[in-house]
Amino acid sequence: MAPDYRTLMHLLTDEKMAKRHHVLPGFNLSLGYTILYLSLIVLIPLGAAFLKTTELSFAEFWTTVTAPRVLASYKLTFGASLIGAFINAIFGLLTAWVLVRYTFPGKRLVDALVDLPFALPTAVAGIALTAIYAGNGWIGSLLEPYGIKVAFTPLGVVVALTFIGLPFVVRTVQPVLEDLEAETEEAAASLGANRWQTFRKVILPAIWPALLTGFALAFARAVGEYGSVIFIAGNMPMVSEITPLIIITKLEQYDYTGATAIAVVMLVISFILLLAINGLQWWSSQRNAKSAE
Amino acid sequence: MSSTVSNLGHYQAKVARSRATSEPAWIRWSLIAIALAFLSLFLFIPLAAVFTEALRKGFETYIAALVEPDALSAIKLTVIAAVISVPLNLVFGVAAAWAIAKFDFKGKSVLITLIDLPFAVSPVIAGLIYVLIFGLQGWFGEWLIDHDYKVIFAIPGIVLATVFVTFPFVARELIPLMQAQGKEEEEAALVLGASGWQILWRVTLPNIKWGLLYGVILTNARAMGEFGAVSVVSGHIRGLTNTMPLHVEILYNEYNYAAAFAVASLLAFLALVTLALKTFIEWQSARSARTNEQSSEE
Amino acid sequence: MSIAIRNIHKRFGKFHALNNINLDVPTGELVALLGPSGCGKTTLLRIIAGLEAADEGSILFHGSDATSRDVREREVGFVFQHYALFRHMTVFENVAFGLRVRPRKTRPSEAEIHRRVHALLELVQLDWLAGRYPPQLSGGQRQRIALARALAVEPKVLLLDEPFGALDAKVRKDLRRWLRRLHDELHITSVFVTHDQEEALEVADRIVVMNQGNIEQIGSPQEVYDKPASPFVYKFLGNVNQFHGRVHAGKAHIDTLALDIDGHHETDNTPAHAFVRPHDIEVLRERGTQPAFSAVVNYINAIGPLVRIELQRQDNQSIVEAELTRERFRELALQQGEAVYIQPRNVRVFLDVPN
Repeated sequence: MAPDYRTLMHLLTDEKMAKRHHVLPGFNLSLGYTILYLSLIVLIPLGAAFLKTTELSFAEFWTTVTAPRVLASYKLTFGASLIGAFINAIFGLLTAWVLVRYTFPGKRLVDALVDLPFALPTAVAGIALTAIYAGNGWIGSLLEPYGIKVAFTPLGVVVALTFIGLPFVVRTVQPVLEDLEAETEEAAASLGANRWQTFRKVILPAIWPALLTGFALAFARAVGEYGSVIFIAGNMPMVSEITPLIIITKLEQYDYTGATAIAVVMLVISFILLLAINGLQWWSSQRNAKSAE
Repeated sequence: MSSTVSNLGHYQAKVARSRATSEPAWIRWSLIAIALAFLSLFLFIPLAAVFTEALRKGFETYIAALVEPDALSAIKLTVIAAVISVPLNLVFGVAAAWAIAKFDFKGKSVLITLIDLPFAVSPVIAGLIYVLIFGLQGWFGEWLIDHDYKVIFAIPGIVLATVFVTFPFVARELIPLMQAQGKEEEEAALVLGASGWQILWRVTLPNIKWGLLYGVILTNARAMGEFGAVSVVSGHIRGLTNTMPLHVEILYNEYNYAAAFAVASLLAFLALVTLALKTFIEWQSARSARTNEQSSEE
Repeated sequence: MSIAIRNIHKRFGKFHALNNINLDVPTGELVALLGPSGCGKTTLLRIIAGLEAADEGSILFHGSDATSRDVREREVGFVFQHYALFRHMTVFENVAFGLRVRPRKTRPSEAEIHRRVHALLELVQLDWLAGRYPPQLSGGQRQRIALARALAVEPKVLLLDEPFGALDAKVRKDLRRWLRRLHDELHITSVFVTHDQEEALEVADRIVVMNQGNIEQIGSPQEVYDKPASPFVYKFLGNVNQFHGRVHAGKAHIDTLALDIDGHHETDNTPAHAFVRPHDIEVLRERGTQPAFSAVVNYINAIGPLVRIELQRQDNQSIVEAELTRERFRELALQQGEAVYIQPRNVRVFLDVPN
């Protein structure tokens, strides 16, 4: 009888385990809804894009995504995104530094406005940048005499992509810089390091993961950007035409498979970037956790 | 007493920084100048340009551009898209954050990454995927025509695209916040006999209200301003499926700059309001975090 | 209400948090779960509350199986280590919460809620704080509000997780006396978790000493202190000197000494550890009739009612701690560096391989 009782208890507890593993209520409901909503809005539609490309043979797919005009657009999109992200890494770090370390009149306003590219619709940014960087614009007219054309050239693409990536580096570096202990810098100073040595050997290593994360975020955002670019780019095939625009052009010509093939290439690159960013953020949080101990 | 001492210590640390670990004034001011020049080129001047261009042809032209029927219908559609997509993503954000922050389960980090996915996807592709499903040649294309429903080149498509691009905002705000707050208060409420909904309404939501509002504001700003994704699914039918950003594009392409910038200035104003609210919320939540910290230290 | 804990097992992945735990808490008793961090005491408390589910075993409340009963139906009051007060509610609303969330049928009237909350706030002597918010309270005040909140639902069992863990030493002492008095007044069956032996010894009716997911000993404070059931309990409760040796025919052989011990008459030359409390180390100037080690006085700490002396044995240089009363210390007039004899009394041995 005893063993029977035990098996019975086992069955009961096992069943109970499955039911009562979580004590707070709402786990099944919230997770179920999360997964359902995620699937309906994001996963299934994205899956549709991958499924659509199976209508093409690999050769057709390859020809579509490596057509000269498409290749030129990759070069522009990734090249300009990379340059924009670099500009943001350097000036974003500088901006974060100035905002954290120094005081100057209007600092709080400047700090708040850094997020403008998050909040300002891209189309507005696009026409505003075009207006000032065009040959007759406030800044464009100053550059024109030196033969520098910004609007309607690849340089314009860089300007737009710098704009939309601007907050990322500032906002990832800023909190890390704020948490940096003054003591480590004082220690460096007491050991005889000058300011530049302290920056290079003490401060920069500490903010490096955050800086890289911000760089990657700005780059990822720029790669997919459309709205702010198309106004200022001029959109000349082979010269100033970005990849998202090619997708739109193909859609307007009802070439859905062609558009989707290029979209899939961009999606794969975006996923890789997302994973890289997650890795970077993990690294950065590990760093911080270690220094907190 | 103890607080005076620690404040004093803090003060001394600050003095020490300005001596041993700061830069000479000329370096400081040059760095500030460079940063401000950079921000001016890319932020301040473009922002100022929006409003100047909008008012270039006078205040009357400005107002006329805003009250014109096509502009009004664009404003209406933008508001509709936001009013539908913000609550949808709000509910999702709370549900996702509840599951992720209050429970342990396998695949949690994968789920968090998947929630981030729409951030990584180009808005143009966000529009494209819905065309593939609901468009004429899409999975449900024929069925939709047979039943006389319109998704693409109509309001539902615009809403869907908007929901996609603003998908992670609320969840991204709430997950770290709720993880940091832990689940002790919820457990306490549970032991005291509260039901799941009572815990949510009376304990959890009041604790995350600032984070929630923050997420809503960001979602709303992006929803009203989205261009690429909406552009793909809208069909640009004037007065019918044009949102404000699309209306700006059409006016601009018609060389009607003053009107384009007039509508754009409304959106820019919205962005400024968003930033102001955002700053206010950050200030509020920092303040409440500070009071909590202070009292737990003594 | 009595609590019976039967064969509880709990695992977190590969980690055995609780290993076949059996425990009875009689009605009205105040029991301490005592052990180092990670010993499973908090997990056990949370399983009793229903905040965690055991992998195996059952919990009985007043003889009836409560294992699958929902937290909300267990009628327990739980005081969290960090209080878990609702920070956006006033003190009054915190205490009233448990009454307000009841279904309309059983919810007391507003006037009744007021009466009961104020009665509880008076009980914890903090009625004047009713309108404040938790962040405005001191740690000790928050602790008492957390207790009032737990009591508001008239629990049959009160569970406290490290109730004084986050408080400073002075407040801790006051609060634990206060808790003891409160328990004597209310007589709710109570279980509290602590890692502080002094706290457990002072407050509890009974102490459950836990280590690595097992119960090492259950007993009154006197019992666990005077008759520790295992080397772990010996080391965990108070200071102790530890010697290595062998047990043979009722004697402990520690290096050159053969000491009398209780029992172990049949034991044949088995390796063992011997434990002697510092106050059971006799310090002598002359070698007496009893076996003793010769030692040198290393260090004397004469602060407080007891004089603590650190001695170094001359045979193997190991350190022995002794505690003397002030009278005895004066009598001996010890100086640092002096040679003395030390004689262990009340030796308890634990065989390395239990037979």
